Amino acid sequence: MKSADHKAEYQSNFQGGQKVAYQTDMPVMMTPSPKAGPSFRFSLKPWHGFVIAMACIISSGIAYAVTDKAEASIFEVLVRWMPLLLEGFVFNLVISVCAMGIGTFVGAGLGLGQISLNPLLRKFSWAITQFFRNSPWLVLLFFSMFLLPFEFKVGDMTIPLPDWVKAIIGLSLPVMANVSEIVRGAVQSLPSGQWEAAESLAYTRRQTLWLVILPQCVKRMLPPWMNLYAILTMATVLASIVGVSEVMTLTGQALAAEGGRTDLLAPFYSFILLLFFVYCYPISRWTVHLEKKFAVIN
Amino acid sequence: MDSFYEWFKILYDDTGINLPFLYDSYDRGRMFDGFLMTIKLSVLCLVFSVIIGAVGAWLQNSPFKWTRRFVNGYIQIFRNTPPLVQMYFFYFAIGALLPKIDNGYGGEMPILGGFAWAVISLSFFAGAFNVEIFRSGIEAVPKSTVEAAEALGFSRLQIYKDITLPLAFRVMLPALNNNLVNLVKTTTLAYAIAVPEMLYEANQIWSDNVNVTEMMIFMLLAYFLLVGILVWGMNRWERSMKIPGYG
Repeated sequence: MKSADHKAEYQSNFQGGQKVAYQTDMPVMMTPSPKAGPSFRFSLKPWHGFVIAMACIISSGIAYAVTDKAEASIFEVLVRWMPLLLEGFVFNLVISVCAMGIGTFVGAGLGLGQISLNPLLRKFSWAITQFFRNSPWLVLLFFSMFLLPFEFKVGDMTIPLPDWVKAIIGLSLPVMANVSEIVRGAVQSLPSGQWEAAESLAYTRRQTLWLVILPQCVKRMLPPWMNLYAILTMATVLASIVGVSEVMTLTGQALAAEGGRTDLLAPFYSFILLLFFVYCYPISRWTVHLEKKFAVIN
Repeated sequence: MDSFYEWFKILYDDTGINLPFLYDSYDRGRMFDGFLMTIKLSVLCLVFSVIIGAVGAWLQNSPFKWTRRFVNGYIQIFRNTPPLVQMYFFYFAIGALLPKIDNGYGGEMPILGGFAWAVISLSFFAGAFNVEIFRSGIEAVPKSTVEAAEALGFSRLQIYKDITLPLAFRVMLPALNNNLVNLVKTTTLAYAIAVPEMLYEANQIWSDNVNVTEMMIFMLLAYFLLVGILVWGMNRWERSMKIPGYG
């Protein structure tokens, strides 16, 4: 039921359809193959990371050249604040991991709801998914920031809800919707022959889903899921707009503490860019690697 | 129309649901301006990002190694760093290095305002994605078509402009639309550098009227509708542009 039959099934699907016309010697247009996906040729060299590092250093240099030499050099200032900024960046990562966890968990349920046989559940999951997928992340973040209470009471216990927890909830909403779409897309991308074969072997729907369909979906879902994680990590800086003390907020405070020197702006911001690049770039490379590895060759 | 607006005033008095952007003409103007600003920002960024995408994809096929490397570096940097930090970087860091001009009142103002920087940074951000989209579309055009054009004496630019792009455009339309929807959602980031777009104006209104709940729900619905209409229109366009029998 796995690869060999799958391939045959896939081809026989095409035989019935119009695709058969493109198996001639002179194609009008090539069918886009999964291998030629968006990030195929971008197996990049590590030197790309140095570009930002260089931008950071050069901008410090230029800014340093035009400043008063009596003040502490830009590099010294940057080194002095680096521990704090790194701490803030780790906080960003904590937010991203938590939001991803919650979002994946709820989103997987929502995605399965979207392929449920119950029309009511299906419609409901679809509506929720579309709603949160089509809303801007920042608006959702504002939404959870301002509308969730800062603490709530369960019996005698008062559970505080600090702003970073609210940020996690706010960020997990769009993640949830995107994961839901990833799950639905992966399940629907499997050839229908998988369902029919399982049915002919007397599997129930639940068994088919858990034993046949989902295990095959995992590798289809992994690259887009990782892509989503990278997007989420980059979205955690949005929390600075609503006052969570993550790396961007701390940068602003550090700059203010240094007396608002304009020559510090470029080095500090490019340092933040560098931090995110160093974290997200390996993820995106790995995603490309997995995409190539898991590509279905028709 | 006035009675329609009045109805929301009555609604507020009766139920406490405060929607000042409907019954108050000043807030209505602000909200509408914000909406127009969001549209303006989206359209400008769309135009520039598509231009960046087309030019970038063309440069990527350039015979010079360093041109290709430069384009690849640009894509990787803008894809793997947060758009908000990019915007701050452009607005605060690069903005501070640029010369200032006289604003006509004896003071100084930066050469480029928040709106211009928002357009620039968002265009570069969306453009980085567009380059890849254009490239994958161009790869779908068969070599034999390009060779045929070469045999007919088309130059490299002519082939790109007249043969490859029109064919590739239809292949990449779905991905482009996806990116456009993301772009519209990303325009909310301009809030951070005080560009008066929809979210910023909503913030002003809820600061004045202390009606965060109503404004927040309205914002969600407004963006949902805006994006929903966009997606609907784009899907129709995609269907009408589809190459018959392909895909």
